[in-house]
Amino acid sequence: MDLKLKIWRQQGPGTKGKFVEYPVKNISADASFLEMMDILNEELVAKGEEPVAFDHDCREGICGMCSLYINGNPHGPDSAITTCQLHMRKFKDGETVVIEPWRAKPFPVIKDLMVDRSAFDDIIQAGGYVSINTGGVPDANDIPIKKENADLAMDAASCIGCGACVAACKNASAMLFVSAKVSQFALLPQGKIEAKRRVESMVAVMDDIGFGNCTNTYACEAVCPKEISVTNIARMNREFFVAKVS
Amino acid sequence: MSGTFSYSSITKKIWMSLFGLFLMTFLVVHLGINLLLLFDPSRELFNIAAHFMGTNPAIQIFQWVLFGGFIVHIILGVILQIQNWMARPKGYKISGTSEDSIFSRYMIYTGIIIFIFLVIHLGNFFVLKMQGAVPEFHHEGAGHMEDMGLLVVNLFKSTGYVIFYVVLLLIMGFHLDHAFQSAFQSLGLSHLKYTPFIKGFGHFFAIVITAGYIIIPLVIHFT
Amino acid sequence: MAKLDSKVPKGPIAEKWTNYKAHQNLVNPANKRKVDVIVVGTGLVGGAAAASLGELGFNVKVFCIQDSPRRAHSIAAQGGINAAKNYPNDGDSVYRLFYDTVKGGDYRAREANVYRLAEVSNNIIDQCVAQGVPFAREYGGLLDNRSFGGALVSRTFYARGQTGQQLLLGAYSALSKEIKKGSVELFTRREVLDIVKIDGKARGIIVRNLVTGELERHGAHAVLLGTGGYGNVFFLSTNAMTSNGGAAWRAYKRGAYFANPSFVQIHPTCIPVHGAYQSKLTLMSESLRNDGRIWVPKKKEDAQKIQKGELKPTEIAEEDRDYYLERRYPAFGNLVPRDVASRAAKERCDAGHGVGNTGLAVYLDFEDAIKRLGRNVIEARYGNLFQMYEKIVDENPYGTPMMIYPAIHYTMGGTWVDYELQSTIPGLFVGGEANFSDHGANRLGASALMQGLSDGYFVLPYTMQNYLADQITVPHFKTDGTEFEQTEKEVQARIDKLFAVKGDETVDSFHRRLGHIMWDNVGMARNKEGLEKAIKEIQELRKEFWQRVKVPGEKTGMNVELEKALRVADFLEQGELMALDALTRNESSGGHFRLEYQTEEGEALRDDKNFTHVSAWEYMGDDEPAKLHKEPLVYENIEVKQRNYKTA
Repeated sequence: MDLKLKIWRQQGPGTKGKFVEYPVKNISADASFLEMMDILNEELVAKGEEPVAFDHDCREGICGMCSLYINGNPHGPDSAITTCQLHMRKFKDGETVVIEPWRAKPFPVIKDLMVDRSAFDDIIQAGGYVSINTGGVPDANDIPIKKENADLAMDAASCIGCGACVAACKNASAMLFVSAKVSQFALLPQGKIEAKRRVESMVAVMDDIGFGNCTNTYACEAVCPKEISVTNIARMNREFFVAKVS
Repeated sequence: MSGTFSYSSITKKIWMSLFGLFLMTFLVVHLGINLLLLFDPSRELFNIAAHFMGTNPAIQIFQWVLFGGFIVHIILGVILQIQNWMARPKGYKISGTSEDSIFSRYMIYTGIIIFIFLVIHLGNFFVLKMQGAVPEFHHEGAGHMEDMGLLVVNLFKSTGYVIFYVVLLLIMGFHLDHAFQSAFQSLGLSHLKYTPFIKGFGHFFAIVITAGYIIIPLVIHFT
Repeated sequence: MAKLDSKVPKGPIAEKWTNYKAHQNLVNPANKRKVDVIVVGTGLVGGAAAASLGELGFNVKVFCIQDSPRRAHSIAAQGGINAAKNYPNDGDSVYRLFYDTVKGGDYRAREANVYRLAEVSNNIIDQCVAQGVPFAREYGGLLDNRSFGGALVSRTFYARGQTGQQLLLGAYSALSKEIKKGSVELFTRREVLDIVKIDGKARGIIVRNLVTGELERHGAHAVLLGTGGYGNVFFLSTNAMTSNGGAAWRAYKRGAYFANPSFVQIHPTCIPVHGAYQSKLTLMSESLRNDGRIWVPKKKEDAQKIQKGELKPTEIAEEDRDYYLERRYPAFGNLVPRDVASRAAKERCDAGHGVGNTGLAVYLDFEDAIKRLGRNVIEARYGNLFQMYEKIVDENPYGTPMMIYPAIHYTMGGTWVDYELQSTIPGLFVGGEANFSDHGANRLGASALMQGLSDGYFVLPYTMQNYLADQITVPHFKTDGTEFEQTEKEVQARIDKLFAVKGDETVDSFHRRLGHIMWDNVGMARNKEGLEKAIKEIQELRKEFWQRVKVPGEKTGMNVELEKALRVADFLEQGELMALDALTRNESSGGHFRLEYQTEEGEALRDDKNFTHVSAWEYMGDDEPAKLHKEPLVYENIEVKQRNYKTA
């Protein structure tokens, strides 16, 4: 199939960017979206032009490195997948495809479609862990955990930190990301011990960095490649409320 | 922004939802009184109720609480919205539409429109009342009181006002439709079993309240 | 020939590690702050080791190639992690895990290392649970186990199909805690381009900042590499795009011996290649072989018609299907080990029975399983995998058989390390897939995660301390010394040389060509002629690369093509060493299959008399052949046997 790509090009963080049109021809419907980008880049390199910079790594939907806001959708038009798993059969021959970087103040553009998501690391560093050191821990079966809770914790923990939730949210809110981590620990006895400290400091850092506020539109849940539920946001609100009043 | 406004985003959201829910109870009470005009065309019940609301000392105090509630809800809403705009200084060429409900996108706009309506509404009734420009109503038991009902009926005779009123009430309905379940979510009241009911009830609530308010001018206008 | 000292402690195998720890040197708490450690990579090894060393009080600098430590490729491991907990009460023990791992590795791993691995495996599970890793549980609230290939017990702990992700996020959380505390400093989007040696010891690294393009110097008392394997030499593999053996290869060129480079694992159940533009192969969990039946058409004509799209697999009658694994290995059937299953698939496709439009695929059929168990059961077991397959291939595996083909998955070979995981460069430690130590010639499922976390949490924090104990008087390293300057100059010269070529062929194109040479000759089935041919072709391709490669853009700033070019330049050297190693190992063992050395039935034939050793290669210069050193492998606690999968 042939496509018309409109891609955001931006030299660096401080510079002005613009959309540039690139036609691509004879793309197989079985190719992945990123392979289509590879083909474009190889053509650009062959012509002596600079290839389009975009983040990607594992190409199997788990590392969370790939991004791309494709025709108004983070990770493109398919559901429950990342861009690397998106295939060209989801597009029509002759279609115009607009590709933009994630847009949010805490995710500044590094180059072209690549953004800096270290804000997520900052939030995790504020409390996304159990404060134990290596060694000296109890036997793994010493504390039984309800299967239902373990499963819910796993649902939340499957977040890949890609930032699609922020990209999709009209407020650029990071609540789904933060609440997934807070929920994972809130559901497990190991995490309960420092629950109050965790939720307060993670939310404080999230606000400080400049993410928007949650207005419960649930766009995040709709685009999340791991289908993380907004009930985690409610759980975090609850955790936060309890922490503040206790 | 947390430097300039030291409450965290979630704290603000919790207050936002508490006041929102509080304002919803006010809507219910207000609707109840308004409906008296339909059940009693003599306006007697309506005027007694309005008189009670306007003179009872407890209600008088409560009125300021209500007023404060509006103000806090509005101020918080504006602050949250400004922060939200600041969180995405550069927008998308093609903006997405993945939201659960279309109304949730436009809460600030529906909110502002409701606020403007509120000002006009207060102008129509509250200010006239303050000026003592409301006609009198004679009641056998309670004696003289203001004929607030007549004010309403007169207003609703105007086709333009009825259209204005209906449109604004519909907008308020959109606001309510998202607001109800959103308030529960912000308060962390989410449960696998009950949340679907809350969501359903939210839609029901928005429709019933809106329909209730709208039916009054329509009936008065066409009878 | 220099003798390789594996430094295995004396005493009975079960007491070696305890004795080592009891007698090793330690650094007093006040002195730890005086000592700097560099950790390269934030996967299971790097993340866990950096966190643990930070907790102990060392000054740690940790480097990752991605934008966040949470994205290292350990994250992609699906199945699980082994441990000798014996929770199911089915007879597991440290010895049994040790035994299975050595046997699974076809008796080419070092006993003492593997025993220690089995010994600390239980601590890993305890540690991860305490960190809040949500392992699968039973209704009683206790941890669930499942069985995996190569074992008679259920000892695999798992978190859905995302065990690697959850374990990595556990290590990442511990690392985040230490970064917050200030004991660990994080450097993201950095790639190591060389190791700096001072007086023969590893004292630092030269990294390229992938965003600014600047070269940076970092010094430390010791350097740890947790940089993963070199599977991307093959171009197509299940590795991530940035996975590269670059740091380990640079260490090799600075004097660290490289062990068993030819030991590469080929995973039998991957989604087949679908086009020349393909960038990556996707693994489908090995667990599918529990219920799926593998077959190809018996008649070549049928296979050809299928390749042309004239015939559907569902139209082929039962008697015209060849369930070749069940036919060849009646006892194990579709559940033979990875290396055996992979070779059998290749054999059928080479004989012209392959399916798919390329003819390089076999069927994995669930029709019988669905008939026997019902669609619901299959959906519950493999639903997510079926969905992933459908997203990628656009075929519904409930209605038509899946297509699979083997793909490069893991490299057992790596930097030679002793018992302390120290390379032949003092102060340079190497853990996880980047070293060679624990998996011999073939890795069992669910063992890679075990090794990564064992090295990272429980081995390296001890052994590195033993090394660092006499380093406390050495002051922090200034990076303006001659050694740093000289090494950076050499790195810069390499970059300049790449730009100077100004050729006409893209880096990817060279990489793809190298991949073809490797896959055809140094892949699943190797022979003398092929390997000799590969060495010659790689040498020619390397020459061509340096004459014709095209690297656009600038030296400063981000330049993805330059990054790739530097990696491919290393791959072009490493591929040759892999072929050379395969050529000199005149036997078949595990993932290394030489066509000349097989039984009459076509099974791998080891030569224990001549090849029970580790082949460690020493770099002798760009134009000199690498020099082979042999570390003899001594089996005192395990009887060496021929593997047999035909009868139980």
